[in-house]
Amino acid sequence: MPNNLPEIIEQVKLSLGAFVPEISLSALFLLVITLDMVLNEKRVVIPMVSLVGFVITGFFTWQQLDMPNQEYFLRMHVVDPFAVFFKFLFLGAGALAVLITMDSEELGEKNVANIGEYYAVLIAMVLGMFLMASASDMLMMFLALELVSISSYILTGYLKHQIKSSEASLKYIIYGAVSSGLMVYGMSLIYGLTGQTNIYEIAKFISANEVDEVTLTLAALLVMGGFGYKIGAVPFHFWSPDVYEGAPTPVTAFLSVGSKAAGFAMLIRFFKVAIPAEPTGELAFDWVNFFALIALVSMLLGNFAAIWQSNVKRMLAYSSIAHAGYLLLGVLVADDLGTQAVMFYLAAYTVMTVGAFYVVILIANKIGSDDVNDYRGLGKRMPLTAAALTVFLVSLTGLPPTVGFIGKYMIFTALLGKGTVFLTLAIIGVLTSAVSLYYYFKIPLNMYLRESEDGAETPMESSAFANALAAFLMILTIGFGLFFTPLANFAKNSVIMLVMN
Amino acid sequence: MHIELNHYLWLSAFMFTVGVIGVLVRRNAIVIFMCVELMLNAVNLSFVAFSHFLSDIQGQMMVFFVMTVAAAEAAVGLAIVISLFRNRQTVNIDEINLLKG
Repeated sequence: MPNNLPEIIEQVKLSLGAFVPEISLSALFLLVITLDMVLNEKRVVIPMVSLVGFVITGFFTWQQLDMPNQEYFLRMHVVDPFAVFFKFLFLGAGALAVLITMDSEELGEKNVANIGEYYAVLIAMVLGMFLMASASDMLMMFLALELVSISSYILTGYLKHQIKSSEASLKYIIYGAVSSGLMVYGMSLIYGLTGQTNIYEIAKFISANEVDEVTLTLAALLVMGGFGYKIGAVPFHFWSPDVYEGAPTPVTAFLSVGSKAAGFAMLIRFFKVAIPAEPTGELAFDWVNFFALIALVSMLLGNFAAIWQSNVKRMLAYSSIAHAGYLLLGVLVADDLGTQAVMFYLAAYTVMTVGAFYVVILIANKIGSDDVNDYRGLGKRMPLTAAALTVFLVSLTGLPPTVGFIGKYMIFTALLGKGTVFLTLAIIGVLTSAVSLYYYFKIPLNMYLRESEDGAETPMESSAFANALAAFLMILTIGFGLFFTPLANFAKNSVIMLVMN
Repeated sequence: MHIELNHYLWLSAFMFTVGVIGVLVRRNAIVIFMCVELMLNAVNLSFVAFSHFLSDIQGQMMVFFVMTVAAAEAAVGLAIVISLFRNRQTVNIDEINLLKG
């Protein structure tokens, strides 16, 4: 690291070129805040501006594809294909979140007087996710994680007059603050052991020197507390059912895809780079077995607890815990095939989960309820919406011909041929997927085979825009299930992570 | 007595544990936030101690950012408590139990 000021300034100037997408998001954030102050009619203009901003940021991110893999900003920030893949994912999730917010009655004019800040905070959250995916220093990891967390606390409690929303937000911030406290304590221990905060330097130090194994294990477990809370895996999952149920549904959708993906991006980078699975030295914090345990419990608890839920949002929360388990299976293989499968599955998960939540929003707009028992007879009353929901649930279960099937298939095949433990985990994964069939199909069962209590059969279709968006997501879910090669290749080319230089 | 690195680390671990226990047993949301602050300050202490004994500046840099984040978190946290109090007239988390299952 340079020591004199002119050299540092020179380095920062050089790094600015690698920071254009983030700068563009920051500018968009400021623009939205300003527009919120000057405009009178915000409900259409601000989402449109946000979408255009996301597209422009996407263009700058696309230009990063040809950039050399390198660290920038005094080794705080990395640009590599791995980060770029996740940036596209976050932009996609953010754009979908903006689109589904526009249609939500929950966040409509009746309930929320000022919506401008909502979009600004959403943009800040996307910015935080960008930084999470490319952080290469523990300082940057902590700050990026907190940027995402604090923004999501605000969004969760955005419905100020609803007790549920405030309560979810309070629970979220308490769990979040404790987990990030645990994480930063673990980071301080790692810093004490190695004297470094940069993850590449930590790896170098650990492989070259003898480090106290017990302390390193403890530190890694504490750091895992922070990551585990972000990805919503057992035993750090307690917040997620309550937050998913209480938060406005568009926010739930964005939390379940965006912050989970960001957590995985940071977790993969941290554990692959800083604490390699097979270090050259004597020492090995055996995180593979540890992750196997977390993944196993997440799959079991998530799928079995979901059976007893009657609130659809809550059920999807438990399903997202189970999905964190499946994704961890891909992480713990610790090779490129597994990482590639995780990236593909996260992209697939984004499409199908946002789709499912969007349909939940559309139904709640009409019947004012998220309870599965109120979904009776909807197959006749909202045919297109019900069909879309069924497709998303098929995909979440992991049945062909949907993208969820391909994702699960890739994860399970990555586990094959690696030993009995991995094979057992893959088998348990398949079996728990079969369990998930039971609770997912409760919804189509109610929609198609049961009559609503009052016998109402009047159709209540949503607007043309809503139908188009639901159909678009449905086509993506099936389309990527049939023609998955481009996405799979993109994931394959993006596993290249900057390793030690 | 000469004060060594270990003394700081034990104090920091003790403060951190007190903070964690406080979060688990206290029922007042405001007190819980205070306990979280205690946890973060324990972290700061261990960073500063390491930084001093390793003769390295990076640890102290972390402390500044941890303090800033703690302040931001407290601001948002108190805002959430206020919005909850307007709806429920309580900050006791045992009475805040609408969401469960």
